[in-house]
Amino acid sequence: MSADRRSGAPALRDDLERGLAAPICLTWELTYACNLACRHCLSSSGRRDPDELTAAEARAVVDELSAMQVFYVNIGGGEPMLRSDFFDLLAYSVANGVGVKFSTNGTRLTRARAVQLSALDYVDVQVSVDGATAAVNDAVRGPGSFAAATAAMGHLADAGFGRFKVSVVVTRHNLGQLDGLAALADRYGAQLRLTRLRPSGRGADTWEELHPTADQQRALYRWLLDRPDVLTGDSFFHLSALGEPLEGLNLCGAGRVVCLIDPVGDVYACPFVIHSEFLAGNVRDVGGFAGVWRGSPLFAALREPHSAGACASCGSYDACRGGCMAAKFFTGLPLDGPDPECVFGHGETALSVSAPATIPRPGADHSKTSRAGPVRLASPTRRPVHA
Amino acid sequence: MTVTAPGETEFDAAAGWSLHPQVALRPEGFGALAYHYGNRRLVFLKSERLVSLVASLDRYDSAESALQALVDPGERGRYAAALARLAASQVIRVR
Repeated sequence: MSADRRSGAPALRDDLERGLAAPICLTWELTYACNLACRHCLSSSGRRDPDELTAAEARAVVDELSAMQVFYVNIGGGEPMLRSDFFDLLAYSVANGVGVKFSTNGTRLTRARAVQLSALDYVDVQVSVDGATAAVNDAVRGPGSFAAATAAMGHLADAGFGRFKVSVVVTRHNLGQLDGLAALADRYGAQLRLTRLRPSGRGADTWEELHPTADQQRALYRWLLDRPDVLTGDSFFHLSALGEPLEGLNLCGAGRVVCLIDPVGDVYACPFVIHSEFLAGNVRDVGGFAGVWRGSPLFAALREPHSAGACASCGSYDACRGGCMAAKFFTGLPLDGPDPECVFGHGETALSVSAPATIPRPGADHSKTSRAGPVRLASPTRRPVHA
Repeated sequence: MTVTAPGETEFDAAAGWSLHPQVALRPEGFGALAYHYGNRRLVFLKSERLVSLVASLDRYDSAESALQALVDPGERGRYAAALARLAASQVIRVR
């Protein structure tokens, strides 16, 4: 999102923190089905949920978003292109004034699909890679995923799609490749988009190993300041505590300007908090999505002024606002305290004293393989067959 | 009157202006959100006065006459500067 100004305007931020009439950044995960199994998947995707919204229900959601003047949605998954009605829904959404930015792993983005996408107005494509090289990318996203993603980028470039996005979750292993990632995007006439790794979904199990070190975060901050053309989706506002604010609104938008609709219609405060504690309702409820956005007690609470808590005595609280709620929640930190990646190390200190037993587990796990390892059946003579 | 916002293009207040046809306004408590479907920029209009000024520009033969009709004399400079910024981000355009 590009606002007409950098944040730091307290009046505007106060307005946004009190919540908007409708979200300005709504993520809609269309399916939990995915043909990859990325180790940090924020939605623990893999298997399609049998209760997934039907094509008719998905169109009804678009109707509501259109009526609420939600100008665009960020569509993801899972892999959204695995939904058989994906292109119908795309066309329906755009025709109703709801622009679409969708994230894809590129595996289904063939030459023909790229041509089809190029003909649509108000559609943005984000192709995900998590490294500038196959080795770094595939270690997180799986064998062959770099080749598939770059093939998709080639198809989009060849089809004359224009400036699509190359979307990267920043990790300890790819942070040294930022220039390489920028060059990769350039090669396809694309724009680089970097987002923050959260300990959400399967990321809860890999965050410890993958999240950038404190030194890397400072390097990232300086790199981003030098490159305002790199998109971040407001992801790194916790780094604004280092000085000059980064481009963006620099606040936690959960339930205020942001929310998530998941594949079964559940509405969560943000894409990174798929957990019952942040579940506001379901689009199938009486009153639909609008009813949830306007009437959810959870969202009302999130729009109340927040206490700075343990951060109150820090001179940089106004810059980072305590950081990311999801990052705190899934590392077991109190929500009114420092972010686990607080640039002054307050989060690490807090983590070193927090009891691991209190860490909440992400909900709605659709991983194809159980995180606890393969399930052993008592006496299977044959493998179950999936229809 | 010509107003130049810092680093941006000139704004000709003597011309007739209107909301850009690709821009939608969504009412909010603080004013409105403007979204440009062409350049995909989101712009905050941070007062209701500014929203009504923008929405009614096309009823006046110039931006200047709209300012005179709708904005108190002491505030016209500020609102003209706001219109200049909106012109630069293509929320409004010359008719």
